[in-house]
Amino acid sequence: MTDNSTIWEVFIQSKNGLAHKHAGNVHADDKEMALQNARDLYTRRNEGSCIWVVKSEHIVSSESEDGEAFFDPSNDKMYRHPTFYTMPDGSKHI
Amino acid sequence: MDLLKYTLRIADSSIILGQRLSSWCSKGPTLEEDIALSNLSLDLFGQANSLLEYASELDGTKSADDFAFKRNEREFYNLQLTEQLNGHFGDTIVRHFFFSVYSFLFYSKLSNSKDETLAAISTKSLKEIKYHLTHSKSWVIRLGDGTEESNKRIQKSLNDLWQFTGEFFEMDDIDQKMYKEGIGVNNSSLKSEWDKIVNTTLKESNLIRPEDGYMQSGSKNGMHTEHLGHLLSEMQFLPRAYPDAKW
Amino acid sequence: MNELIFQERIDSERKIEPKDWMPDDYRKHLIRQISQHAHSEVIGMQPEGNWISRAPSLRAKMILLAKVQDEAGHGLYLYSACETLGISREELVSQLHQEKAKYSSIFNYPTLSWADMGAIGWLVDGAAIVNQVSLQRTSYGPYSRGMIKICKEESFHQRQGYEIMAEMAKGTSEQKEMAQDALNRFWWPSIMMFGPHDADSPRTGNAMKWKIKRQTNDELRQSFIDKTVHQAEIIGLTIPDPELKWNEERGHYDFGEMNWDEFWNVVNGNGPCNKQRLDHHKKAHEEGRWVREAATSYAQKQLKK
Repeated sequence: MTDNSTIWEVFIQSKNGLAHKHAGNVHADDKEMALQNARDLYTRRNEGSCIWVVKSEHIVSSESEDGEAFFDPSNDKMYRHPTFYTMPDGSKHI
Repeated sequence: MDLLKYTLRIADSSIILGQRLSSWCSKGPTLEEDIALSNLSLDLFGQANSLLEYASELDGTKSADDFAFKRNEREFYNLQLTEQLNGHFGDTIVRHFFFSVYSFLFYSKLSNSKDETLAAISTKSLKEIKYHLTHSKSWVIRLGDGTEESNKRIQKSLNDLWQFTGEFFEMDDIDQKMYKEGIGVNNSSLKSEWDKIVNTTLKESNLIRPEDGYMQSGSKNGMHTEHLGHLLSEMQFLPRAYPDAKW
Repeated sequence: MNELIFQERIDSERKIEPKDWMPDDYRKHLIRQISQHAHSEVIGMQPEGNWISRAPSLRAKMILLAKVQDEAGHGLYLYSACETLGISREELVSQLHQEKAKYSSIFNYPTLSWADMGAIGWLVDGAAIVNQVSLQRTSYGPYSRGMIKICKEESFHQRQGYEIMAEMAKGTSEQKEMAQDALNRFWWPSIMMFGPHDADSPRTGNAMKWKIKRQTNDELRQSFIDKTVHQAEIIGLTIPDPELKWNEERGHYDFGEMNWDEFWNVVNGNGPCNKQRLDHHKKAHEEGRWVREAATSYAQKQLKK
C-alpha cells in the first residue's frame, strides 16, 4: 500500500470445486503484490486453494435501489458463533 | 554427535533469522508488509521448532526450548548472514532473498535425505520457502527498478551483505560425512544454481552483482559476528533469569 | 423522505450498504468509530510487539507473533470497511498522526513484564470481545461483516492470555507475583475501555438509534466484569477492587468507581505511552516512504510496458 496505491477486491476459493467467494479487499501496487497481500491477509488459517484479485475499479455493480426487484439480498444473514461466554466450572481455559 | 550438530546448524539459521524478522512487527513500511514479514518469521520459527524437536530427540536430555534458550553464543551454528541487523527494509529484503534462494536449493536436496525426519521437515519447509523466495525476489525487483533512491539503497544492501554469501557453499568434515551417508547436502553443488537465480534477478532489477571479495566464515564452529551476542541476550533473558520457571 | 426510509431500514434490522443513502451524521459517526477501531488494532500491535523478542518459549513466541499479526489483519479489515464510506487510508493515517482521530486508551499503558502479555490477552482482548460480539449486529454492512470475521479470529487471543496468567499463577512465587502485578496494573484501564458512563456519553443516543451500537457502555462493562471475576478466582488471582461484590438482587457484580481523572487524562493525550505510540507509528510510516514510492514507481513502469 502506498500513498496512492490501488484497491483490489479479493475472491477466495477455499476448496477445489467450490466457487470463489468475496473475502474483502487489499491495497497493492502491482498484481503480484495484490496476490501476496491477499494470501497473507485472508488465508492465514489455510482458508484458500485459489485466489483471484481484481482491481476495484473494474467491478461493475447494480444499484441497490433495484433491490427486491433485482435480487433477494442475502448478505444480512448472521453466522452462528462459538459462544465466548460459557466457561466450564473449574476449567483453566475459557 | 555429527547428526545433532548438522541438525542444529539448520535449526539455528531458522531461529535466528526468524528472531530478526519478528522485530519488524509494527514497523513495516505498510501494514500489509508488516503481516507478510510476520508470516515469514512464523514460518521460520515453525521450521526451527521442528528441527530443534528433532535435535532434542537425538540428544536425549535437552528439550527444544533448552536448545533455543540455554546455549551460549559459541554453541550456535546459524549462518552469519542471519544474525545481521535488520537495517532498513532493503537490507532485510536482500538478506532474505540471499537466504531464501539458498534455503530453497538446500531443502530441495535435503527432501531426499536418507534421514526420514530431515526429509519430512525439508518437504514441508520447501513449500513455505518457495513463498519466501517469491516474496523477497518481488521486492528486490521492485526496489531495484523502482526509484533512483530505492535502487541506490538496495545496491548498497547487496554490496554490504555480499561478504556473508560465501558460507552457504562451504563443506567441512561434518558436511562431507553427512553427504557421504546420503543424509546431508553437498553445499558447494548449490552454488551455480544460486548464482543463476541471483544473477537473473539482479539483471531484471537494474542491479549490479557485487564483486567477490573477502567472505566471512566460521559459523559452522560457532564463530560469529558481534551481533549474535546481543540478539541472544534479548531472546534468552527470561528463561535464564528464572531458571526454575515453566512458562 | 430519505431519512424516513433510512430509519425504517434500521428499525427493521436491514443492513445499510455503501451505496445506500445515509444521513451525513451517520456517515461521519461511522467514519470516526470504524477508523478509531482500526487505529486501535494497529497501535495495539506495539505494546504486545514489545515482548515478541523476549517470549520465554518457542511456543509462546509463535503464538504471540500470530496474535499480533491477527491484529494487523483486523486493522486492515477495518480500514477497508471505513474506506467504503468515502475516505482514503491516507487521510485516515493522517488523522491519526495529527491526533484528530483517537485509538483505544488502553494501548497508552506500557507492557513492563511478560505477565502483561497474559493480562492483555485475558482482559484487554476479553473486553474487546464483549464489545465486538455486540458490534456484529451493527447496522452498517461492511462494519458488521468485518466484525464477524474479527470475532471468528479473536477466540484464541483471549485464551492465550488467560493460559499465560493461569500458568504463572500456579508457577513459582516470582511468577505468581508477576501475574498479580500485571492484573493490578491492567484491571482498571481494561474497565475504562468501555468508555464513560452512559450518562456522560453524548454520542450514545444517536449510536443506539441508528443501531451502530447495540448495547451501551455500562451494559457492556457490566457484562465484562461479570464474566471475568470468576475467571480470576479460578486461577487464584485477586482483582484490585475492594468494592467488588456480588449483588444478589441485581444479579450482577457491584464494583468501585473508576478514576475518571486518569481516564480523561489518558484520553486527552497525557498517558504514559501516548507520545511513544504515536511517534513509533509516525517513524515507521516515514521510514517506509521510500519503499512505498518505489513500489508505486515500479508499478507505473509495468503499466507503460
